[in-house]
Amino acid sequence: MTASLAAPAPTAGAKTRINDFSIQVATVNGSGSQTANTVLLRAIFQMGVFVSGKNLFPSNIAGLPTWFTIRASAKGYVARKASNEMLILMNPETAKEDIAKADAGALVIYDEPLQLDKLREDLSFIPVPFQKLVTASCPEPKLHKLVKNMIYVGVASRLLGVDMDEVKKAIAKQLKAKVKAVEINQNAALAGYDWAMENLPDQDRVKVVRDDKTQGLIIVDGNEACALGALFAGVTVVGWYPITPASSLVETFIEYAEEYRKDPKTGKSTVAIVQMEDELASAGVVLSAGWAGARSMTSTSGPGVSLMSEFIGLGYYVEAPGVFFNVARTGPSTGLPTRTQQSDVELCAKCSHGDTQHINLYPGTMEECFQFSYDAFDLAERFQTPIFVVTDLDLGMQNWSSKPFAYPAKPYDRGKVLNQQQLAEAKDWGRYKDVDGDGICYRTLPGTPGGKGAYFTRGSGHNDYAQYSEKPEDYVAVMDRLKRKYETAKAHVPGPVFRNLGSDKGVLAFGSSDPAVIEAQDGLAAAGLETDYLRLRALPFTAEVDAFVKEKKVVYVVEQNRDGQMANLFREIYPEYATKFKSVLHYDGHAIDAKCIVDQITAFEQK
Amino acid sequence: MSTATPSAPTNRLGFTKQDYVGSKSTLCAGCGHDSITAQIINAAFESSIEGHRVTKYSGIGCSSKTPAYFMNQGWGFNSVHGRMPSIATGASLANRNLINIGVSGDGDSMSIGMGQFVHAVRRNIPMIYIIEDNGVYGLTKGQFSATADKGAFLKSGAVNDLPPIDPCTLAIELGCGFVARCFSGNPKQLNAILKAAFAYEGTVVLDIISPCVTFNNHDASTRSYKHVKDHDFPLHDLGFIQYSEVEDVEIPAGATEVVTFPDGSKVSIKAIHEDYDPTDRFGAMKGIHESMAKGEFLTGLLYINPTQPPLPQVLNLVDEPLASLDESVLKPSPAVLDEIMQSLM
Repeated sequence: MTASLAAPAPTAGAKTRINDFSIQVATVNGSGSQTANTVLLRAIFQMGVFVSGKNLFPSNIAGLPTWFTIRASAKGYVARKASNEMLILMNPETAKEDIAKADAGALVIYDEPLQLDKLREDLSFIPVPFQKLVTASCPEPKLHKLVKNMIYVGVASRLLGVDMDEVKKAIAKQLKAKVKAVEINQNAALAGYDWAMENLPDQDRVKVVRDDKTQGLIIVDGNEACALGALFAGVTVVGWYPITPASSLVETFIEYAEEYRKDPKTGKSTVAIVQMEDELASAGVVLSAGWAGARSMTSTSGPGVSLMSEFIGLGYYVEAPGVFFNVARTGPSTGLPTRTQQSDVELCAKCSHGDTQHINLYPGTMEECFQFSYDAFDLAERFQTPIFVVTDLDLGMQNWSSKPFAYPAKPYDRGKVLNQQQLAEAKDWGRYKDVDGDGICYRTLPGTPGGKGAYFTRGSGHNDYAQYSEKPEDYVAVMDRLKRKYETAKAHVPGPVFRNLGSDKGVLAFGSSDPAVIEAQDGLAAAGLETDYLRLRALPFTAEVDAFVKEKKVVYVVEQNRDGQMANLFREIYPEYATKFKSVLHYDGHAIDAKCIVDQITAFEQK
Repeated sequence: MSTATPSAPTNRLGFTKQDYVGSKSTLCAGCGHDSITAQIINAAFESSIEGHRVTKYSGIGCSSKTPAYFMNQGWGFNSVHGRMPSIATGASLANRNLINIGVSGDGDSMSIGMGQFVHAVRRNIPMIYIIEDNGVYGLTKGQFSATADKGAFLKSGAVNDLPPIDPCTLAIELGCGFVARCFSGNPKQLNAILKAAFAYEGTVVLDIISPCVTFNNHDASTRSYKHVKDHDFPLHDLGFIQYSEVEDVEIPAGATEVVTFPDGSKVSIKAIHEDYDPTDRFGAMKGIHESMAKGEFLTGLLYINPTQPPLPQVLNLVDEPLASLDESVLKPSPAVLDEIMQSLM
């Protein structure tokens, strides 16, 4: 056994990075590494240190390279960091490339037979005999492949100073009730830890030191947060079709519904969940269930939204409610289905043919994923229209620490629905009559007795009484009223969140870009450039957004797509200020990082 | 409630037939679809269907206009081309008390909507699925549909090179428990089948040969009135006895088979084709294929098996319509959220 830290690297002697580092783990997918990585992340979290994880996985079930980065940050920065202080290299396929890309001074834990230590001189190499350790610690050869990854959790924990009790606890939490699996994995982690204790000298470049930053926080992903929002919003009909990265939203909902949506007396279900034959059918189910009075939803990603777009136009025009989650991924086409992007902004803003405008919600935190999902059902029924909740793979599938969600105490808003008695009293009711002047009409639900509320819903031209009409004035009246209704929505959607430093330079972002923007804003300020940050949370834009656009000399629109889609919307909606908007873009499929924002804004400023 | 003259006969609910009509048809004079609409009105009136519980769904095409022409007391939803089944699926799940009638065409169901047709049948959603089948796309002026016979001619002389898809054998294959074919020119048979369909709990697939008088009624057509009338082979005389009348009405003499529905309603079958048994799934497939090979239209109840649970039952939904559940039932308590948050810590 000749493991040792290599000769002093160029950065040796530099200040120890306490609770402020990134680890990148390279493995093969399908090898159980996701469990190991989550355990390491959780153990650091349990040490009271802010931590975030990004799983960079392939569109494949087993055998292709996958990377997982864990970032600890005392300052609470949770965006992806472009540089890594520690690498754990388990995948022979990518090891050489990973070494070539490594940041100088990084600690490199690797599987001994890979013999990587001659490749570079500015890294500290730590070869580990994983196979030997797993053979000794795990009696069942068929489990070796899966358990092997838990060894590096032990090795890294020893090097970082992560308490083994926290690792054990994290394993138990992760594997829940599987007693035997917990034991096997705990033994493997311990084997790694003990081996490192005996064979490796201590290091002082990156350390975890117990803190109190995560007291009372939860770890959750956005899909689960959205599923919980829908659960508390009382969704009753779900029509869906599997698609990465949106499937786990409904799948998590199904798990919760098993527990919390059964009639306690009969055991019968208070929600209908149907996996449809495609996204078109899912959209049909959502809109017709909403039309018939249910709270309905689907969860999909860009390609699914494309397929649904004919139906979504129908929903807009006939005014049928429904909640559409778009957990966006990297397009176009199949694109990079397991990578993140914010490239469906324009698609969801105007989904379908003809003149269409949709209410979009852009949650940027886990609490907002929960709350906005809850609110979306109110908005759908209030405005009788399809509502998009737009997240992305980064929000939806990555682990985020968050404050526990506040109970949504606000009662449901079921919108303008006339019951039998109200219909009997109503004079000259018409399905599409704008009685209140807010563009929102009174609807009735199929099955309402009394013989007065029936009407014919049609995607063809119609008048105030839902009768077929090709008259130009009837068509224009409906289209103008729909526009009025959209105006009304401005007072009901969540307004922006500001982070001000008192500047006439604006930064505008939305959704998952938030952590990177906050970090970039601090970085820019430290370099002498103060900015005001507006985080957009909905479409249509509210009065506060208008004011921000008017007031700032320049607005840097940060977004994760190639074409600056959100900036395009701003240029369209505020044509008089079109030249103010400068696009700061990131679209390689990885989550956006602060450095790319700082670099682009700095470059604009130097022009 | 009734809007007609006092002398008009009323049904069990006190409604007259006038209470079951819709808006005026705008289809071509003599269109087979209008005969179907008339029988839907008759059957609903005679079965004392509660109009406010009726929902009418359609896709796009001539057939899909017809829900506006019957039962104005019910809600209609004319959706997008080929997607009627998913509209029926969502609404029928939202409110399991609805009586769902979908009207589609051979283009709407057998081409653009094939996927939705297949899966709606497979799920056994509670609906009467009517295909008004004329072998052409009428609303776009007479192109062939996927049910057109191989070798059929258009008026223009164009020949159909491809074999037809048969909705009925397909539905049987998919496990549908109520499959029927009718001819719009045989109102008596259609009436009995529609009444039975109203009593059935799951998906009814009803393929109604309904000639297009404008684009497919010429001499060489295999979907013209004359051709279909000459090749219509009714399998049986059907009688339908609604559950409410079972005590009072006798099974007609000569009935070779009686099928009882879960609600107690009965269908009596007096065979004309002695060797065709509509409760024998494989025999039915064989019989239909043999007759199609001879260019005949076997009509009547092609297959019946009223034992399969409809989708709301499969999903084990609460008895009350989901759309009626309110916040007190749907929203979990603060304690539940707290429990979930604890599990995520």
